[in-house]
Amino acid sequence: MMQMPQPDASVLDRREAIVAALRQAGAGMVIDDAAETRAYECDALSAYRCPPLAVVLPGSTDEVARLMAVCHRLGVPVVPRGAGTSLAGGSMPTADAVVIGLARMNAVLEIAPGDRLIRVQAGRTNLSVSAAVDGQGFFYAPDPSSQLACAIGGNIGMNSGGAHCLKYGVTTNNLLGVTMVLMDGSIVELGGPMGEAPGLDLLGVVCGSEGQLGIVTEATLRILPKPSGARPVLIGFDSSETAGACVAAIIRAGVLPVAIEFMDRPCIRATEAHAHPGYPDCEALLIVEVEGTDPEIDEQLALIREIALSFAPVEFRESRSEDESRRIWLGRKSAFGAMGQMGDYICLDGTIPVSALPAVLRRIGELSREYGLAVANVFHAGDGNMHPLIIYDANAEGDLDRAEALGADILRLCVEVGGCLTGEHGVGIEKRDLMSDQYAPADLEAQMRVKDVFDPRWLLNAAKVFPLSVSASRREARPDPASHAA
Amino acid sequence: MRPDSEAALAAMIRDAREQLAIIGGGTGLWPGEGLGQRLDTTGLAGVSLYEPEALTLVVQAGTPLHELRALLAAEGQMLGFEPPDAPGATIGGVVGANASGPRRVQAGAARDSLIGVRLVDGHGEIVKNGGRVMKNVTGYDLVKLMAGSRGRLGVLTQLSLRTFPVPPVRQTLALTALDAPGAVAALTAALTRPFDVSGAAWLPGQGALIRLEGLEGSVGIRAAALRRRLAEFGEIVEAADEVWTRLRPAPGEGDLWRIVCRPGEAAGILSGLPAPLMMDWGGALIHLRLPRDELPVLPRFSGHARRIAGAATMVLPAPDPVARRLESGLRQRFDPRGIFTGVD
Repeated sequence: MMQMPQPDASVLDRREAIVAALRQAGAGMVIDDAAETRAYECDALSAYRCPPLAVVLPGSTDEVARLMAVCHRLGVPVVPRGAGTSLAGGSMPTADAVVIGLARMNAVLEIAPGDRLIRVQAGRTNLSVSAAVDGQGFFYAPDPSSQLACAIGGNIGMNSGGAHCLKYGVTTNNLLGVTMVLMDGSIVELGGPMGEAPGLDLLGVVCGSEGQLGIVTEATLRILPKPSGARPVLIGFDSSETAGACVAAIIRAGVLPVAIEFMDRPCIRATEAHAHPGYPDCEALLIVEVEGTDPEIDEQLALIREIALSFAPVEFRESRSEDESRRIWLGRKSAFGAMGQMGDYICLDGTIPVSALPAVLRRIGELSREYGLAVANVFHAGDGNMHPLIIYDANAEGDLDRAEALGADILRLCVEVGGCLTGEHGVGIEKRDLMSDQYAPADLEAQMRVKDVFDPRWLLNAAKVFPLSVSASRREARPDPASHAA
Repeated sequence: MRPDSEAALAAMIRDAREQLAIIGGGTGLWPGEGLGQRLDTTGLAGVSLYEPEALTLVVQAGTPLHELRALLAAEGQMLGFEPPDAPGATIGGVVGANASGPRRVQAGAARDSLIGVRLVDGHGEIVKNGGRVMKNVTGYDLVKLMAGSRGRLGVLTQLSLRTFPVPPVRQTLALTALDAPGAVAALTAALTRPFDVSGAAWLPGQGALIRLEGLEGSVGIRAAALRRRLAEFGEIVEAADEVWTRLRPAPGEGDLWRIVCRPGEAAGILSGLPAPLMMDWGGALIHLRLPRDELPVLPRFSGHARRIAGAATMVLPAPDPVARRLESGLRQRFDPRGIFTGVD
């Protein structure tokens, strides 16, 4: 079980004064009713819950700045929240924290097609950014699977990815600038044209800092011209090793598909039972998608077919229509839903070097048997970002603890083979205590020094990312007694 | 000082009693940089790991760029960000300066290809961040912070980079009649349709240059479509590949200014200035030369201009004061004794 620090009693004692000060700061929406703050007690890591002290939903950057200044003056912790879709507990509150939510800040501020950019408020959802520029023939590339709900501010906090990163990169590669409010209430502009500022790349370190350095209120995003078309192929194999070797050969040949997705047998069977996509019953399955005009797609797929056939697949299925393309993607897109039918699940997010794929899958199978918990694998094979799903029963005593322990073992395995704990979901509270498996004390110290500069009193989302024991001396140094008077 | 190992380097920094200038090949220094005792990184050289099938390269920071190019070319790969080919340049210097070439419009800058670093900070501590996988959000991204930090936060010792396949076919189209402001409109027309352009630049005497790369059939299809789209901008001819190596201002008299702007702002900026030496990234990058100490007259725009050769380096307009405060805070934390020289 994840531990959270004891809430600051001196903050809890001042609840009424704090709420009054927030209201006075000019915020239209302050929520402090216990029944209503419950709606903010967790994010998509819903096994962990804690209602916050209060929730504020500001409508502008200036309002966020005034609220932050109040919290800073009163020594009150702040937890930023986009849409609350974090799988890692990134926006889970603490009892002594004010949640500043971006839900009302969802406007499009500027669309500049010639400069290939859009500027939005950070509460806007990922998919609605693409929708805003669709009519002009553009799209926003990062496409996390929660894209219908997740907010751009949260995407920036977690440096979110998606299925199409192999070609288009993740959030940090598509972010040109932000307006951000620091914990002390000051407003800063980071980035610039081409994402470039005159000094240090502060934008680069803010992206992926999990809401610990400031609250991003506006973002300038790169948009790309929409490709003429896209088409997937489905390739089935009788072993994961062969599927892995085929991925390597495709990349080696110089074709860069927009997506290479991988599913193993447990995942294929579950999705077949759930959504009936008509997948072959085999050990491993790849979905490879390429883009372009029809003749360009034909040219790329001919090359991929030649490579794939040299690995003797049990099936090579080309799509000849929109409907066939949809059916190829159907199983992959319903994989998480299918798992939900089998029970509760934990979704992991480690990344491994592609070359380690067969060995890692073998070891995950062994661990699954040792723990007596089913694990299904579905992931972005081109970039090594795995999403093993551990199936457990939340109502069975001790099952969650066992599932978490198995998850930790799998993530340690990812680190051992040269990978990392999280490829796109973030550390949050979920992987916080595993950080010491990936990073030495000096590595964590260097990261915490960055937070010292942006948020010297460690008020902002402070119980995340770093193991509690490692961040304790910094977190417990606050609040500064001199500024305690409300 | 020329350490031959990371451990020796860390000891040198811990023992340092005077200011140090971290220098790789010394090919891209701005005026005012390189002061203090020279800390030569070329003793930290060699490739630790290269997996072409995973598009991954791990290399020591002092490794000469030309050696890496040869190593990658032998496997049909390249650095996607197309760093300028300065003789003597090291990969650490390239990354430290975030030096990125024409393909930035398609494949991103050096910082986008950088997936892991090892460094020695001003405390003399060895720090690692990121790793060797391209999707990694484990902890803060100090990798991006180090890219382009120009030796002000620490000494890069090892870099992990994403590599790219060399496309089998290349074609460059040139609209020779266009001046710089006219070229921006043509380049924008090319970049706002899915032609997957891998270079969009302007050179005096060459005009607007647009590069397409990929499989043979695909390049042919896109080139034909692009010619139709750009017909209104004047005559289109094919140019030699070699032209892309010339997008680097040659040394000369006076001050050299580097302007980064939105392409839509380029024409307005150029209207008050002498003809530029070159333009790249679809008009987002402008290099021009001015008489020594003369400041460019610039309209309000969303980017910045920096003097990078001639008189002391400076930035116009003055950077965001809060960003300046954060930058000096980071320098103070990473290098509390202030032993790394450098300019802001």
